[in-house]
Amino acid sequence: MMTVTALLGAIELGMIYAVLALGVFISFRTLNMPDLTVDGSIVTGMAVSAIICTKIGHPLLALIGAFVGGALAGLITGVLHTKLRIQAILAGILVMLASYSINLRIMGKTPNIPLTKSETIYKAADALLPPKYAGIAVGFAVLIVVIIALYLFLQTRLGFVFRATGDNEDMVRACGVSCDAMKLMGFALSNGLVGLSGGMLAQNQAFADINSGVGMMVIGLASVILGEVVFGTKSLGRRLVAASLGAILYRIILSQALYLGMESTDMKLVSAVIVAAALALGVIGEKGVKIRLGMKKGVPQEKRADMQKGAEGGERI
Amino acid sequence: MNLLEVKGITKVFGEGTINERTALAQVDLELSAGDFVTVIGNNGAGKSTLLNCIAGVYSVDEGTIMLDGRNITKLPEHKRAENIGRVFQDPLKGTAFDMTIEQNLAIAYYKNKKRGLQPGISAKDRAFFREHLAMLEMGLEDKMTQKVKLLSGGQRQALTLFMAVIAEPKLLLLDEHTAALDPAAAATVLSLTDKFASRKDMCTLMITHNMKDALAYGNRTILMKSGKIMMDISGTEREAMTVEKLVEKFSIESDRMLL
Repeated sequence: MMTVTALLGAIELGMIYAVLALGVFISFRTLNMPDLTVDGSIVTGMAVSAIICTKIGHPLLALIGAFVGGALAGLITGVLHTKLRIQAILAGILVMLASYSINLRIMGKTPNIPLTKSETIYKAADALLPPKYAGIAVGFAVLIVVIIALYLFLQTRLGFVFRATGDNEDMVRACGVSCDAMKLMGFALSNGLVGLSGGMLAQNQAFADINSGVGMMVIGLASVILGEVVFGTKSLGRRLVAASLGAILYRIILSQALYLGMESTDMKLVSAVIVAAALALGVIGEKGVKIRLGMKKGVPQEKRADMQKGAEGGERI
Repeated sequence: MNLLEVKGITKVFGEGTINERTALAQVDLELSAGDFVTVIGNNGAGKSTLLNCIAGVYSVDEGTIMLDGRNITKLPEHKRAENIGRVFQDPLKGTAFDMTIEQNLAIAYYKNKKRGLQPGISAKDRAFFREHLAMLEMGLEDKMTQKVKLLSGGQRQALTLFMAVIAEPKLLLLDEHTAALDPAAAATVLSLTDKFASRKDMCTLMITHNMKDALAYGNRTILMKSGKIMMDISGTEREAMTVEKLVEKFSIESDRMLL
């Protein structure tokens, strides 16, 4: 097993990726639309965060800027999808591609910005707390705020219709709400969280790199699914915590793989294998559900079909 | 006073293509407050298109639609929904299946209210929902925190119907809302429909394939054929009408309509 330091490092990074996972959860589970903007919006977050840290020297403002930057990227995907009727997945790919150029411009046309000489929230925390745990404390503080804010938001009137949009658009329209508005909000919120995660990542690793977005959507997805399989989907609060814990678990698995001697260049392969394995676990679990339902007497045919429909579409909130 | 005024609406699908089809041709329809109108006709007669045009799912090519003195012809579907309640044929379409009964009700109940960061359901509204759900006599008031996907088709359709009227719309549109249910559940949902449709400040349009129901429920029946209203009966004329006469008069071929 890896060392304690490696474990703490994995948890510290996991907290940051948990924010990314919550962002992916919003688009993938709540809105029921896989959104590939993530690979671009996370770099937008990094770029904005790095620029504000170096030019203005305000790390907290940098995180807010990272959220706004990501949200804007998401908003563009949303507009392409809802107003121009481009398929969600394609809209995401387009914005991901376009954001590469935009991110480079934000970064002042350099592919890499070091933050070694700038103030970051992590450096500030190191000065206040024992350095071993300071990073985890920062990640935990941000993560807790995000989880509580999301939880409270999804329990509001607006949150209710937002959740229903992923379930049944006809019903949402019949209840007097524009699905387009809900989707725009969802894409913005989702990518805002992704951008925030990117902003934290840049400050944590003390640099922003234009190419670090590759595969981030898969990592977020891996975390969400891993969390669902391991920690359950019983209630809304549990699902948010599960997605976060999934991200941390995912980082621990990765660092264990590194410890076991895998090359760091192989990590993308490991990520893809984890997603495939977690999705396969979902299928196995689903079969279990079907068998149990089949044996139970008195479950009406239609109800059984509905349950299966629910299981196949994946549980949503 | 006319609550709903449909004037000369026309809807053509696939205009200019080989599949061009006129679904509605210059349809006029007026409904007063308290009217409960049943709509019958063969498949492809334009019944669903008529309801969808009124609800705003399709935009009309010609004509105007007025509801409660307001021209809604150009409004998008979700704006019109403020004054229109709808129940679809498919019981899956009316509710958010992964949310609870009370959450679904809350979404429908706040239709005309501001949706911001207020609590999703207040304690007062929960009590109100419980009290009114009991009127459905399906035991749903004790399952308010259960997810809708666990309900049967009949329970779901009853819930959808209740959701459609909870915000007191001016118009209720029912598109064969009992067609997918077993006979017992269909009867329950129909009697609930009758109860809800008796509200005096609302009018109701109900499509049905069952001609007996079409004559038994409501106060007026219209028959559509090839995108036109061919018959519009009420009062004594309607009381004297029988399923056999209808079949004879309009040579309705569908066996399903006789059942």
